[in-house]
Amino acid sequence: MTKIILSAVAGAAALTLGAHAASAQTLEAVKAKGYIQCGVSTGLAGFSNTDDAGEWTGLDVDFCRAMAAAIFDDPEAVRFSPLSAVERFTALQSGEIDVLSRNTTWTMSRDTALGLNFVGVTFYDGQGFMVPAELNVDSALQLSGASVCVQSGTTTELNLTDYFSANNMEYNPVVFEGLEEVNAAYNAGRCDVYTTDSSGLYAIRLTLDNPDDHVVLPELISKEPLGPAVRRGDDQWFGIAKWVYYGLVYAEELGISSENLEEMLASENPDVRRALGGDGTFGADMGLENDWLVKIVRHVGNYGEVFERNVGADSPLQIERGLNALYTDGGLQYGMPIR
Amino acid sequence: MTIATIDSSASQPARASLFYDPVIRGVVFQVLLALFIIYLVYSGVTNAANNLARAGIATGFGFLNNRAGFDIGQSLIPYTANSTYRQAFFVGLTNTIFVAAIGIFFATILGFIVGIARLSKNFLVRKVAEVYVETLRNIPLLLQLLFWYKAVLSALPAPRGSIEMFNSSVFLNNRGLIMPQYLAEAGASIFYASIAIGIAVAVVIARWAKKRQMATGQIFPTIRVALGLIIGVPLVVLFVLGVPFTAEYPELSGFNFRGGTTIRPEFMALLLGLSLYTAAFIAEIVRAGILAVSKGQTEAAFSLGLRPNTTMRLVIIPQALRVIIPPLTSQYLNLTKNSSLAIAVGYPDLVSVFSGTVANQTGQAVEVISITMIVYLTLSLLTSAFMNWFNSRVALVER
Ligand SMILES: N[C@@H](CCC(=O)N[C@@H](CS)C(=O)NCC(=O)O)C(=O)O
Repeated sequence: MTKIILSAVAGAAALTLGAHAASAQTLEAVKAKGYIQCGVSTGLAGFSNTDDAGEWTGLDVDFCRAMAAAIFDDPEAVRFSPLSAVERFTALQSGEIDVLSRNTTWTMSRDTALGLNFVGVTFYDGQGFMVPAELNVDSALQLSGASVCVQSGTTTELNLTDYFSANNMEYNPVVFEGLEEVNAAYNAGRCDVYTTDSSGLYAIRLTLDNPDDHVVLPELISKEPLGPAVRRGDDQWFGIAKWVYYGLVYAEELGISSENLEEMLASENPDVRRALGGDGTFGADMGLENDWLVKIVRHVGNYGEVFERNVGADSPLQIERGLNALYTDGGLQYGMPIR
Repeated sequence: MTIATIDSSASQPARASLFYDPVIRGVVFQVLLALFIIYLVYSGVTNAANNLARAGIATGFGFLNNRAGFDIGQSLIPYTANSTYRQAFFVGLTNTIFVAAIGIFFATILGFIVGIARLSKNFLVRKVAEVYVETLRNIPLLLQLLFWYKAVLSALPAPRGSIEMFNSSVFLNNRGLIMPQYLAEAGASIFYASIAIGIAVAVVIARWAKKRQMATGQIFPTIRVALGLIIGVPLVVLFVLGVPFTAEYPELSGFNFRGGTTIRPEFMALLLGLSLYTAAFIAEIVRAGILAVSKGQTEAAFSLGLRPNTTMRLVIIPQALRVIIPPLTSQYLNLTKNSSLAIAVGYPDLVSVFSGTVANQTGQAVEVISITMIVYLTLSLLTSAFMNWFNSRVALVER
């Protein structure tokens, strides 16, 4: 009896799931409907958040806008689906969204067992801890016995466990699904510690009642390479997503920005000419037009501009480039050559 | 499945052909329907498996044996991050059953009190009960849970400013109610046994007392004797044994209290929200049940000289129960299912632990959701079965 119900439910659930996974033509479907459906967070400043005018902004949002610019020459041709950590992969698997760009850590199991492909790393991060300044804690190693607020369905939940057990410390997890609830619980003093990606901590700190009363501890306890992902089984769409990312970085490497774009279009430099569609059929080979990168840079800027605007020096978060600097500046961002 | 049979008694004339035999036709149609359902299920499952495989999504239930790797804040059974996903499932399941069972207990008591109060002759009592019912019934449960969680949290101080009770052995703060824990020593089993024996003897005495009352009309103070047997005697045993328990007292060290047991605010908020909300519905059911007992019953009881309290207990409630129990069952089912809102207040119930964390860490949403649905279905069926049995016991016995 149980077996039958089980299978019936599984079957019913997957019937819809499969229909989408099988269709490989995401680009055509996206062109036909006229916009990209992009999965983002429910509101994390700097990554994906709505501003006062109700417009989505952030690094993750700009990745989707760059894709829309490349395809439609219109960064507004995106619709956003705010997703909790728990909802995000199902939303992508089931075809509800075309691309997931939601501060998601690239891990092996996610890459191999979930039917997804990670596109690249748009932000190199690590997990950190935030505590109220009044606790006078200056190292995560002093956190034994603490109550820790954490969001469920994240890598955060797992790293936290590993870190405390590796250091023989005890803790008391307080787990919520929604970001709002975690923030509220931390704000109300339910936990001594808030843990998540350090970028997230800086963003969340700004939303607390008194940001200055909270400090982020120096330890980073994990590697959190954050990046967009697409459904497996559509190589063309995967390729477009990858090259939108490489294009953003490569444009910065070549010194092409939204400000000097017009001059660059007149450049004789062969690398720049290939990147901007002056030579070759790179864009067309991927299913877009040859000036795909021109459209991206015109509407969204290069990677450095996107970074500074959303999370860097020109944003309230004030995050340093660090690992996210170009490889030429000692960072890890490296755009594959357009050739 | 039962087959609807038409009474084809012997007096009927011989039939022209089997084709028109209603019994045979019935069987044939039932078999066809069953085959069709089996086919639907089979093709659904195969299709699902194929589609998942094509999408590159891991399938099967093997993941249940893998290491979970995450911690759970509250667990009634042994669990660490090194346990398996299967054990994590059982932690979630027991937490769900735990909060549902205690919630049902309190909701029932409160519901009966409020329901009876709504029929009180006292204006104030009646109105208070009415306001309670109308308010709690009409505000969405999720909001109430969030309200209670916020209320619980913001009313309570931080660990350092804990409210101390009972000679600094019990502490109340925004991490919960922290109490000493009693660890059993040798001899504790004698104490447990004395409670069990007390209950058994009390049951026997209650039966005997009832029989005697039926036969002779003599009333025996069953309740008092039972309490003495179940509580009094074990207490004496406890002290004779020299209290075979060691207390582990909570102590503030660093951020939090260590030692003792903690009732977490997430649990308090969820329990409070579920019980108060469901009690409002139960109160209405109780009121309707009582009103359904005809007024003549009360008058008859009064004219026999029974007092209002006794009338309520011995005449009205037993008859009202027949009307009350079926809808009461629905409320119990609702409460159990509503406990899945736990995640909003951070209580690690089945949905939070299993359909939330486990589903996400393994990526096997289809399997996890299927299991979760079966669990709720099973819990509901079990509750219904129990209530049906109970209902048949209180049903009017026609004499
Ligand atoms: N990078 C981690 C954690 C990502 C995550 O969900 N972080 C939280 C806290 S910063 C978040 O962004 N929540 C936003 C939301 O739920 O809308 C992962 O991929 O598992």
